[in-house]
Amino acid sequence: MLRFIVRRLLVLVPVLLGLSIALFAWVRALPGSPAQALLGERATQAQIDLINRQMGLDEPIYVQYFRFLGKIVQFDFGTSVQTNQPVLDEMIRRFPATFELGVTALLLAVVVGVPLGYFAARRGGTWLDSATITGSLVGITIPVFFLAYMLKYVFAVKLGWFPNTGRQEARMLNVEHPTGFYVLDGLVTGNMAAFWDAILHLVLPAVALATIPLAIIARITRAAVLDVLNEDYVRTAESKGLTAGVVTRRHVLRNALLPVTTVVGLQFGLLMSGAILTETVFAFPGVGKFVADAIPTRDYPSIQGFILVIATLFVLINLVVDVAYGLIDPRVRVK
Amino acid sequence: MSLGAAEAAITVAEEQGGGLWREAVKRLSRNPAAIIGAVLIALFVFVAIFADWLAPYTAMAPDLSQIEGPGHVPGPSAEHWLGLDDNGRDLLSRIILGARQSLLVGVVSLLFGMAGGIILGLLAGGLGGWVDSTVMRLVDMMLAIPGLLFAIGIAAMLGQGMTAVMIAIGVVNIPVFARLLRGQMLAQREADYALAAKSLGVKRSRIILGHVFPNSLTPVIVQGTLTLATAIIEAAGLAFLGLSGEDPSIPEWGRMLAESQRHLANAPQLVIAPGVAIVLAALGFTLLGEALREALDPKYRR
Repeated sequence: MLRFIVRRLLVLVPVLLGLSIALFAWVRALPGSPAQALLGERATQAQIDLINRQMGLDEPIYVQYFRFLGKIVQFDFGTSVQTNQPVLDEMIRRFPATFELGVTALLLAVVVGVPLGYFAARRGGTWLDSATITGSLVGITIPVFFLAYMLKYVFAVKLGWFPNTGRQEARMLNVEHPTGFYVLDGLVTGNMAAFWDAILHLVLPAVALATIPLAIIARITRAAVLDVLNEDYVRTAESKGLTAGVVTRRHVLRNALLPVTTVVGLQFGLLMSGAILTETVFAFPGVGKFVADAIPTRDYPSIQGFILVIATLFVLINLVVDVAYGLIDPRVRVK
Repeated sequence: MSLGAAEAAITVAEEQGGGLWREAVKRLSRNPAAIIGAVLIALFVFVAIFADWLAPYTAMAPDLSQIEGPGHVPGPSAEHWLGLDDNGRDLLSRIILGARQSLLVGVVSLLFGMAGGIILGLLAGGLGGWVDSTVMRLVDMMLAIPGLLFAIGIAAMLGQGMTAVMIAIGVVNIPVFARLLRGQMLAQREADYALAAKSLGVKRSRIILGHVFPNSLTPVIVQGTLTLATAIIEAAGLAFLGLSGEDPSIPEWGRMLAESQRHLANAPQLVIAPGVAIVLAALGFTLLGEALREALDPKYRR
């Protein structure tokens, strides 16, 4: 098992190094030089040279790369153009919002998607099955931002059940936020009004963000359960006279949920892409909104830092999923 | 039997075993989802090609007589079936003309991504060894960045505009096709026909290019159909974020949606119309792609 983990960790090294080279090259390839951006169009060559020397841009390219690498391993991603603050600080401040949103969406997707897929498979050919297949196809094809607008129009603008934007009502501006996770903050400080308000703000964005993962999880669960139901060991278990409940729990679900765990782990990237769009529609002050705002302001250090952090998290989550898979299913380890 | 004749026999056997496509079409014609998908695609392509003739008005000419004041958005009427946008331009015409843009982005980015993916996949699956590991690490790296974020990065590098959006979405899809083709080629290399050709002494390059590669393309084609749907959605997403440039004479569904957001409360049709257009176009390719996958997958054959 340890060898398996170490081998997987070693594969990560070239991937992350390659990524750092790609991002280093990316910044060089962006239109406009940093000196030009600082000095404007009418800068003299002498001024440009001075800035380049100060920023170390006159040194050989590999020296510049290693300096860049040295900075990013210390989590120094530069300064955000939008706010003039370190990119890392900006991300840490906004991270709880996105985390809260992402986790809620993923929970929603799993809690609804797995049973939906399971019952669709069990009642194959019935209306529930067809509805699940059709619904999941539509769920995959609705653009997140369009769905977000529709939810906002129906449930916030027309019905007024949920708030329109943000994470907390304006009148709760002086509510304390010791952790930055607003739902948790409400509980910790005992402020039930703020707790409930934070949940209400979370519902619509979370539903919008959950749709695509939900559709994918329901489909995978359905396919996996169908596969397992045809296995010999399920027939054996049934013919042994085990009760339906035991067969379902011990033989069907335990085997069918294996591929589902992998797919749940893979939703991370999709959730991050979706968060950029969803947070924009709901003016939800998370990391995704920050990145969306970075586009018109040409805040490239923020985009670069975000890509680095997200990609690193993504490969680490994949590793954890693989290891967990190896723990649950011994067959994987042998291969 | 000469080597050439023996190889020809293998090719014939492959083709007979794989009346695959003819049978797939037969199965597709019995699948209602596939038919709905095909109809949606046909409609979408028809509208895109004949947009100039179909659109009742031009994309730009505003009908300012209908606008009663700033912020007023005239609703549907006999002359303007979907109403006008906040600049007095006919919404239906802009949706129709937007179809052309969406189809163009979808097809160009798909071809770009597929070509790149096939080259990388062919290199990895065909040559193996260090080429394979290098290509696969590159693919891992590209897949580690969430698609939309990756596309944002590339579009930022190329400067805003529809060309940048097409290339960005194409590049994001390269690793998907590369990995798919490589996996399929590795599996096909062990297939009986490949082993038969090898035992006949057919050259390795010829086995790979002449037999393994063409037999590995089926899942790539299925994925291509599905990718057209995601490419249309992703293009709308990038346009929504403001990366498609600002040219108002080229209506783009994602940008139309973004520009109409402030009218959500008083004129929701401005948001709903482009949104529904995106969903229908994407749904067509998804339905046909899924049906194609089922029709070509031996597991689903009854």
